[in-house]
Amino acid sequence: MAVRRGGPTRRVLVLWVPLVLLMAFTLFPFWWMLMTSIKPDTELYDAKQSPLWVKAATGAHYRDLFTQLPFLTWVGNSLLVSGTATLLSLAIGTLAGYSLARLKFRGATTLGTIIFVAYLVPTTMLFLPLAFVVRWLGLYNTPWALIATYPTFLVPFCSWFLMGYFKTIPREIEECAIIDGCSRAQALWRIVLPLATPGILSAGIFAFTFSWNEFIYALTFVQSPSYKTIPVGVVGQLSTGDVLFWGKLMAAAVLGSVPIALIYSALSGHFAAGLTTGAVKG
Amino acid sequence: MNGGTGRLLARDAVVGYLWVTPALLLLGSLVAYPFLLALYWSLTTKTAGIPGVFVGLDNYVYLLGSPTFRQTLANTFVFTASSVAAKLVLGMAAALVLDQTFRGRNLARGVFLLPWIVPTSLSALAWLWIYDDFFGVISRVAIDVGLRREPIPFLSDSILAMFAVVLVNVWRGVSFFTVSFLAGMQAVGQELYEAAETDGAGAARRFWHVTLPGLRPILAVATLFSVVWTFSDFTIVYIITRGGPANSTHLLATLAYQTAIFGGKVGEGLAISSFMFPLLVLVIFLQLHFLRRAQS
Repeated sequence: MAVRRGGPTRRVLVLWVPLVLLMAFTLFPFWWMLMTSIKPDTELYDAKQSPLWVKAATGAHYRDLFTQLPFLTWVGNSLLVSGTATLLSLAIGTLAGYSLARLKFRGATTLGTIIFVAYLVPTTMLFLPLAFVVRWLGLYNTPWALIATYPTFLVPFCSWFLMGYFKTIPREIEECAIIDGCSRAQALWRIVLPLATPGILSAGIFAFTFSWNEFIYALTFVQSPSYKTIPVGVVGQLSTGDVLFWGKLMAAAVLGSVPIALIYSALSGHFAAGLTTGAVKG
Repeated sequence: MNGGTGRLLARDAVVGYLWVTPALLLLGSLVAYPFLLALYWSLTTKTAGIPGVFVGLDNYVYLLGSPTFRQTLANTFVFTASSVAAKLVLGMAAALVLDQTFRGRNLARGVFLLPWIVPTSLSALAWLWIYDDFFGVISRVAIDVGLRREPIPFLSDSILAMFAVVLVNVWRGVSFFTVSFLAGMQAVGQELYEAAETDGAGAARRFWHVTLPGLRPILAVATLFSVVWTFSDFTIVYIITRGGPANSTHLLATLAYQTAIFGGKVGEGLAISSFMFPLLVLVIFLQLHFLRRAQS
């Protein structure tokens, strides 16, 4: 509430104290992640050392990720899967979203409802039967298993999100172009898409994030280490029997989270607006 | 002129059908079809290797008599109700803080979103390490400052374990509520607040009579989304407790995974995840209701 009253004491109580608590709660796991990732094992597993601070920082855990674990392969797989699934879903979602926002045809509202309902179906209800479908398609244990299945939640999201965005663009602009002889495809490609770039960019960032973070499909549809994505590759290290792995795991958690955090901070203006246009899966 | 418009509309309809076809083909083959497959297979004895035979509702009857499953159903209910309630209340409190004017507000809002945008699997690992009996930070600090002599058995005590996974879910998901509320607050007219203040309403009454009613539509929609995502959650429990100790934190999704993937009992696993269906239908029904109201 923007109405402000009362003295500095009141402001400390209603703003600064809760704000500090909130930030501490939010950031604490990240702090712990970061500290662990730069602590030598001798400090990590010594009860006499302070758990919250590091004495002699080391980059050894980060180095181990690349020398002892196929971390770079996981990064490559995550990039390939997330990038391809995102582009594919943006293309399909743009066409569907534009049609539902602009073109008048029988059943358009029902189709919009179907897409919205598909968005609500949880991945945890679908992963089992999808595992069989993926196998029948011959995609099991390949990156294509994920590239083909991630659009099941990305396309509904992109269609719905972009439908909202297209509705905010004045329809007169493209109608002029169509009267001048443009086809719908030309109008979409040359006029609407350039205007919708911020919306498409936001949808793309969300879609990329959902793919980057996806866990249960990647856990179920891919087995061999050379095709694992970051989340599944890193979590798989828990069951290796090695117990002194926390430094490495937290280094991997830092590296797996940083790219996403950077993308968001660079484009923070867009995403805040985007979040409210279409609610988001998380 | 009329003929031209008519032709244009007819052509638009063709283009419209054509352009939604890829989305519909995808959703038909990789959402609707597997969904129906799941419902059918949940009525069979299918395992990973054999197709299985049709047994009607046997899997469901068996599950309803199984103590593990009943416990899982209760866990899912407790996990969802407490997580969503906590996210709602904390999300509202955070929105009231982050809606005030102060230096660094955008930074604070960005930081607050971090748990929601980074991979849950990786942050859940950090929490697993936080909860570690011997070297976890909570146990260590509690012992160091003399609060406790023994490490805190977060993940080997059934009540603490449930609290632990709920806390992670709240940490991860609260900012979705906050962002929704912040957007909703922008939409509540400033003049309403000023009018309320002129009438002598204090901060608490302004919140109760102006902010809250203004946020009602977005509150309903955000809560419904959160309910679906929370009762179908998998990653947090899979990584932090694996459903333990003694099944006390198993959710429908983690038990379905364990039964079908580790146990090979696909039919039974699908019957377990089918228990999400009734709640999903209810949420879809309510969401569509709110959606229609927002559109009209």
